[in-house]
Amino acid sequence: MRVGRKEFLRLSGLSLLALAGKKVVNAITSAAQANKPATRPAKRWAMVIDIKRCLQEQGCTLCINACNQVHNVPRFQDRRHEVKWIWKEAFQHVFPPDGAEYMVAELPGAPLPVFCNHCDNPPCVRVCPTQATWRREDGIVMMDWHRCIGCRYCVAGCPYGSRSFNWVDPRPHIARLTPDFPTRAKGVVEKCTLCPERLAEGRPPACVEACKPKAMVFGDLEDPASEVRGLLNTRYAIRRKPELGTRPQVYYLV
Amino acid sequence: MFMFEKAVVGSRRYWVWLLCLMAVIGLGLISYLHQLAQGLGVTGLSRDVTWGLYIAQFTFFVGVAASAVMVVLPYYLHDYKVFGRITILGEFLAISAVTMCMLFIFVDMGQPSRVLNILRYPTPNSMMFWDMISLSGYLLLNAVISLVTLSCERKGVAPPGWIKPVILLSIPWAVSIHTVTAFLYNGLPGRSFWLTAILAPRFLASAFAAGPSLLILLCMIIRRLTSFDPGRKPIRKLSVIVTYAMIVNVFFVLMEVFTVFYSGIPEHMEHFRYLFAGLEGNSSLVPWMWTSVTLAVLSLVLLIVPRFRTNDRVLAFTCSIVFLSLWIDKGLGLIVGGFVPSPLGAVTSYAPTLPEISITSAVWAIGFLMITVFYKITLSVRESVA
Repeated sequence: MRVGRKEFLRLSGLSLLALAGKKVVNAITSAAQANKPATRPAKRWAMVIDIKRCLQEQGCTLCINACNQVHNVPRFQDRRHEVKWIWKEAFQHVFPPDGAEYMVAELPGAPLPVFCNHCDNPPCVRVCPTQATWRREDGIVMMDWHRCIGCRYCVAGCPYGSRSFNWVDPRPHIARLTPDFPTRAKGVVEKCTLCPERLAEGRPPACVEACKPKAMVFGDLEDPASEVRGLLNTRYAIRRKPELGTRPQVYYLV
Repeated sequence: MFMFEKAVVGSRRYWVWLLCLMAVIGLGLISYLHQLAQGLGVTGLSRDVTWGLYIAQFTFFVGVAASAVMVVLPYYLHDYKVFGRITILGEFLAISAVTMCMLFIFVDMGQPSRVLNILRYPTPNSMMFWDMISLSGYLLLNAVISLVTLSCERKGVAPPGWIKPVILLSIPWAVSIHTVTAFLYNGLPGRSFWLTAILAPRFLASAFAAGPSLLILLCMIIRRLTSFDPGRKPIRKLSVIVTYAMIVNVFFVLMEVFTVFYSGIPEHMEHFRYLFAGLEGNSSLVPWMWTSVTLAVLSLVLLIVPRFRTNDRVLAFTCSIVFLSLWIDKGLGLIVGGFVPSPLGAVTSYAPTLPEISITSAVWAIGFLMITVFYKITLSVRESVA
């Protein structure tokens, strides 16, 4: 390709203009960021669940209610169409396939909270054909509800059953709408997001905040002084299906 | 359009058949509009069983599409002249089957209007991306090959030299479409039913039994309804291919059964238990699966004994039960069985709903419509040449 003098000058002028524009945009965005509360960005978010504390009140649904309310999670009578972000499952279903006849008496049948494990090596992200679900730098496995094509490959890929699909329009099934969180359309997949919108404001996830017995502890694993690190250093914790190599970041203290 | 004028002239019987198919397609279209408005909740799918009839049909027809290689390979690679008259029938069957596959994927999408996101955000780590590439590539290859060879046949000239490498490329490509389709399932860490390296070989073996079975039946129908006779020899040869493929398929299934039950790992055994004995009172698939097994065993007897295999009437019956047995195995049990029990141990029964069956029938009808029109064009061209 041959570029004449006139064309060359025009192109360099445009390039300079673009560079200057980028500087301006950067300046504006950094100013906007400066207005936000100063929270140290985490390197690796994780959740620790103290099973003993959680089981103190077995019928308790505070974490579930808080999550459903904050995120406009719909409620369905038909079990087939359920959408769940955080819910409770019996111990033996959360940690299969032990099937031991003799163990700590309170564990079999005990309801434990389950939600997305925000795996370090998430199969759902690996299989998504549109990158509508991805792993953030801080370890949160996120969803883009506007890009998802609803193929449900991620649902098949998740070994924990943590993902739900909107089989019908969820909006008529939201009891009380929270206006500052988006509702979803039919035909997309959704799941727990660890509340990045709250983390950005320096607040813990809604379920953690709602938990009265403080059975859910949230924090940064990369920070040696964090509470989650302290708990994992001193007590024995298990993760769901560790043999699959997904490296879940939700730990259950036995 | 290209030789399409041959498709719009036909007997009364031809038109009645086309109208019947169009009626089924019309009904399916209405059901699809209903599904589009209401969401996939109109199907029998659920939070635990998220793929069902649509994806299972897709899987089955990828096999039918791939099976064209069973006539293309002997003819072009081994210069097996007997298949010369039916090679193009295999290629047209492949085109119709791949189109059905794409439609089955499409009707399964929660947000069909966004389906092009797969192209806008190409994601090589997703097997679905590769499946899209291999399926569309295979469609293109077969479309080019069949159009070029058929138009040359019409003009009475030899096909151009450049088509030979394209045909040769279509042979490994056929293997790739079913391999990648198996990879969709057997790369998922939490789905023990599919987590087996035998899945792709098993897919190929069942495909090379079901596809040629269908082709034999189509050849027999053509012989009965038209003046074109594909000949006895290609049908004999195809029946031998079906025999070997069916034996290999059953062998692969038994290998899987041994591995699963001798190792005794509960997560792997539960899916087979669900399919063949039922779990927690859910046994809706049990009669289907045993039907599939019974038909498979019966078909082996009828295929292996030469006296039955070489009898046309018996062979027609045998091909029907091979097709039916593998359709139940792959087009029903394989996908649903992988979801029950769920990762959290839930046993959820699944049964397709009326709209779901109607949409599925419509895609089948589209496939039959394509085959009819393609075969009509082919036979008209041959009649005019003769």
